Amino acid sequence: MFPNSFEYIAPTTLTETIELLQRHGYDAKVLAGGQSLLPMMKLRVAAPPILIDINGIDELKGWREENGFLRIGALVRHSELEHADELRARYPLLAETAVWIADPLVRNLGTVCGSLAHADPASDWGAAMLALHAQVEAIGPGGKRQIPIDDFFVDTFTPALEETEIATAVLIPTPAGRTAGRYLKIERKAGDFAIAGLAIHVSIASDGTVAEAGFGICACGPIPLRGKRAEEYLLGKKLTPETIEAVSRLVPEDADPTDDLRGSAEYKRDVLRVFAKRGLSDIAKELQGEVVLR
Amino acid sequence: MKIRVRVNGQTYESDVEPRKLLVYYLRDDLGLTGTHVGCDTTSCGACTVLLDGKAVKSCTVLAVQANGCDVMTVEGLERDGQLHPLQTAFWEEHGLQCGYCTPGMLMSGYALLQTNPHPSEEEIRRGISGNLCRCTGYMNIVKAIRSAAVKLADASAEPSKEVAASGSSSD
Repeated sequence: MFPNSFEYIAPTTLTETIELLQRHGYDAKVLAGGQSLLPMMKLRVAAPPILIDINGIDELKGWREENGFLRIGALVRHSELEHADELRARYPLLAETAVWIADPLVRNLGTVCGSLAHADPASDWGAAMLALHAQVEAIGPGGKRQIPIDDFFVDTFTPALEETEIATAVLIPTPAGRTAGRYLKIERKAGDFAIAGLAIHVSIASDGTVAEAGFGICACGPIPLRGKRAEEYLLGKKLTPETIEAVSRLVPEDADPTDDLRGSAEYKRDVLRVFAKRGLSDIAKELQGEVVLR
Repeated sequence: MKIRVRVNGQTYESDVEPRKLLVYYLRDDLGLTGTHVGCDTTSCGACTVLLDGKAVKSCTVLAVQANGCDVMTVEGLERDGQLHPLQTAFWEEHGLQCGYCTPGMLMSGYALLQTNPHPSEEEIRRGISGNLCRCTGYMNIVKAIRSAAVKLADASAEPSKEVAASGSSSD
């Protein structure tokens, strides 16, 4: 199976990339990991006449902490976050999420930013980045801008990027207190897209109250969705069986699932309720210093 | 487009169409047919090769993306007419039936043992989770990778062979 013919360009700088995007506009597609784009091109769902391969742009590689954020460059692969032991204590949700994406082979190539820019409603990273209150950094002819993740997913497969813009990084605020995270996903077979997925990020203040709460839902709406009601309810409260129970009933209220081959809307909502309860119970135990078995 | 790729230690210079996928480049242009085309849709992993040391599905990489890279295919496992211990282990443990998925399994297994020389059964199962086998039910593939891990550990402890032999409680 071959994709349609295209012109292949591999720039080595961002300036060059933006010039190419300005010149070719809608005809050009950016290739990073290619693990969604190439299958789509092979199936002729996508047939861009110009492919701009950004893998040679060094400044897009790697992650680093700066100015209160973890900055994940556009060429960081899923597997890099899966195995980054240095990030486990402060950003536990990253490895928790990465391990659920496709399979190890795909994770070696696919990128975090590429996955966000693809804007799949079932995006595991979409859910995680909502929970982490991240921002996407984009660069275009007009310069650099930061797009809050809540504004980034415009519609199914439609991110808030202009034709001439490229996502250069995703920025995650460094959590203040002790932090725990869980990504819960149910899939039909190993490595599949989610039937429903829920990312949870919690950090607690020294008095044990919740200082940061993040809930990101995927595969339950046209775009990844924020569990807003749950977040608002949980802030400032302690993680107790009662508050966890209340949150688990609030999370499905912000979901917008439909009946499909993967399950009924009612089923998916109930999965989210169980995920919220299960995930938060584990997080509560972990933050109290208990060892939580997987 | 002109590309220069190192495959199993040998450098090739070729002119390829940008839309040519790496697996077809390896098979059709270089004649390295050990790498199989399975599903052709990024699912089955029969086409797994190492690209700069990382196991990837070569049906979902363009040949032009491999320009300047180091590729290792299943043909690169054998050295001087000797099968790699992982290949021997697949033979001994009967880690295959029809053999179609085997090149991919070998390459994923090889990549796993490079980063984790002593994987648990669960780690092996996770490690090959991007490779589908429709015959074996995976039991013997997992066994083969475990057995290869033990062999490789013994081989790397070669200078103190007697010590390794007397203390081999690993299996």
